[in-house]
Amino acid sequence: MKLRTLVWRELFERKSQMLTCLLAILLGITAVVSIKNITYFSEKAVAREMDSLGANVLVLPKSVTLQDYYSADMHDEVIPEEYVMRLTMSDIEGVDNLSPKLNVPVEVGGRKFAFTGILPKSEFQAKAAWAGAGIFSRPMGCGAIDVEGQSEPEDKKTLVRKRVIKDLGDHEILIGSEVADLQGIAEGDSLTLLGEPFSVIAILPETGTVDDSRIFGHLHTVQRLAGKGEVVNCIEVVGCCKEIAAGLVDGVNRLLPDAKVVTVKQVVATQQNVNGMMERVSLIFLIIIVVVGGAGIANYMFSNVYERRREIGTLMALGAESGVVLRIFLLKALLLGLAGGVGGYVIGTTIAVTLGPKLAGVPVFPMPILALWGVGISVGITLVASYIPARRAAGLDPVVTFQEV
Amino acid sequence: MLRMEKVSKNYPHRGQVVKALDEATVHIPAGDYVSIVGPSGSGKSTLLLMLGGMLSPSNGCVLLKGESVYDLKSAGRACMRRENIGFVFQTFNLVTYLTAQENVQVPMFLAGMEEPAQAERAAALLERVGLGDRLDHKPAELSVGQQQRVALARMLANDPAVILADEPTGNLDPETANQVIGFFEEFNEEGRTIVMVTHDPRAAERARRTLRLVDGRIVDESRGNNALHIA
Repeated sequence: MKLRTLVWRELFERKSQMLTCLLAILLGITAVVSIKNITYFSEKAVAREMDSLGANVLVLPKSVTLQDYYSADMHDEVIPEEYVMRLTMSDIEGVDNLSPKLNVPVEVGGRKFAFTGILPKSEFQAKAAWAGAGIFSRPMGCGAIDVEGQSEPEDKKTLVRKRVIKDLGDHEILIGSEVADLQGIAEGDSLTLLGEPFSVIAILPETGTVDDSRIFGHLHTVQRLAGKGEVVNCIEVVGCCKEIAAGLVDGVNRLLPDAKVVTVKQVVATQQNVNGMMERVSLIFLIIIVVVGGAGIANYMFSNVYERRREIGTLMALGAESGVVLRIFLLKALLLGLAGGVGGYVIGTTIAVTLGPKLAGVPVFPMPILALWGVGISVGITLVASYIPARRAAGLDPVVTFQEV
Repeated sequence: MLRMEKVSKNYPHRGQVVKALDEATVHIPAGDYVSIVGPSGSGKSTLLLMLGGMLSPSNGCVLLKGESVYDLKSAGRACMRRENIGFVFQTFNLVTYLTAQENVQVPMFLAGMEEPAQAERAAALLERVGLGDRLDHKPAELSVGQQQRVALARMLANDPAVILADEPTGNLDPETANQVIGFFEEFNEEGRTIVMVTHDPRAAERARRTLRLVDGRIVDESRGNNALHIA
């Protein structure tokens, strides 16, 4: 005879009660795990879509306004390109992408367009790796990019969505959709800009923004052709919205005191609203399950103590200390919690993986970390909800074992 | 072995005080066999509970082996019960989901005995009460007489010096009751001290002495043929 024998036998003595209680825990944890699992992958998918809203933090020269930026930055104010390296080498958290830009006017077919120099990511990533530090030496993506199973081949057109391009040759250009339409330019064509020949490596899809009337080339080529030295008009930053709320902008401000750092409020607000809404839905479900599940388990335990008061009194008459009685009920709660947690994780994950793609339209994969969540919540609820009933049992008067008092 | 000195127990009941026991003084030497009789509500079980360390008196003191039981803390009293006292209940109070052998093992588990030793001793005790072939039976699979014998085996598990029995034959037919009282006599001959509350005059007269309680007072004491003579 051991404590666990006593607890184990009692569990199966009252099978229907035990199964009802276990079912309540199981359903609760199943709901928590499946919601959390689907929400996690939905958030990733949503965050991925949010990227397409573009940069949400801009680093501009002090005197430049947001309006100037939206009118293609056709002004003479510049900031040093060295700011890009300062950002790259800093330990500021939450920078997902950086894109420095320099605009110069060019004429193509008798019309004026903006020739925008951009710095391919591979160049500042290589510098950061060489220095062994900085923001790009850490995993990136705000946990939002590249949903597992949805990875896409690298495409030059990602410039539209991610605000940055991985590789770009000195004499390669990308053409905005409006420029391409107006001038009849196609991929593979050659174009002469500021006296030098360039090959068109991609026509960008229509965005409805000023980008449609831009021609994108390598930043250093544009700098050389414009004779402006190592400067840029702006640095677009795609920041993770959580970190923006947590002070990313202040961090950039401190790092670059001579520049103006602005957030594109509509973009940030939309990102934060969507993510906040999903977190709240998940939290509300969790609270409901904790309260309802906890109340159910407490009720079951109270009735279990009431039904077993003669048995408990007998154990005390035989010499059981109150600690033994307390342990009997808490071990029972622990076993129910473990069974509910493990079962809930397995069923919840199965439901999430099976129904998630149909309900949320995103691929959902098992998350082992949710096993810890499920078991932790389950055991936590059962132990907390059972503590007072267990204390009541431990405090029972052994006199109840006698009929006549 | 057991002493009660001017012990009273008062219960508050609807704004009034009910006296369950009124200045009871009892000396029970080691090896004695005492039956306590009296009408319902006379305080018999109260007296038994107090001797067992399960109900604290309003006044007076209870001593076991010279130690004041109620000066001990709750855990100390539980330890004292485990080591010195064996209880027998009218309704047997077996744990319904455990087998006969496991029921007998419970007090040994509480005393911290190793599992194989528990099982071995439980089997031997059940053999002693004639249930060697019923080790794996649950209480519901046994007759009432067999259930009470399992309870007797359980009571002997930790080899108690004192046996406190509350109406041990109350739910039994005369033949089984006779068998149970026979076991009590056997245990007493082994040197164990027995205090038995009973309504059954035939069971009471087989004790060494009988105490009669009326309205919480010990009103009479009679000695049987086997009365213990203390030098």
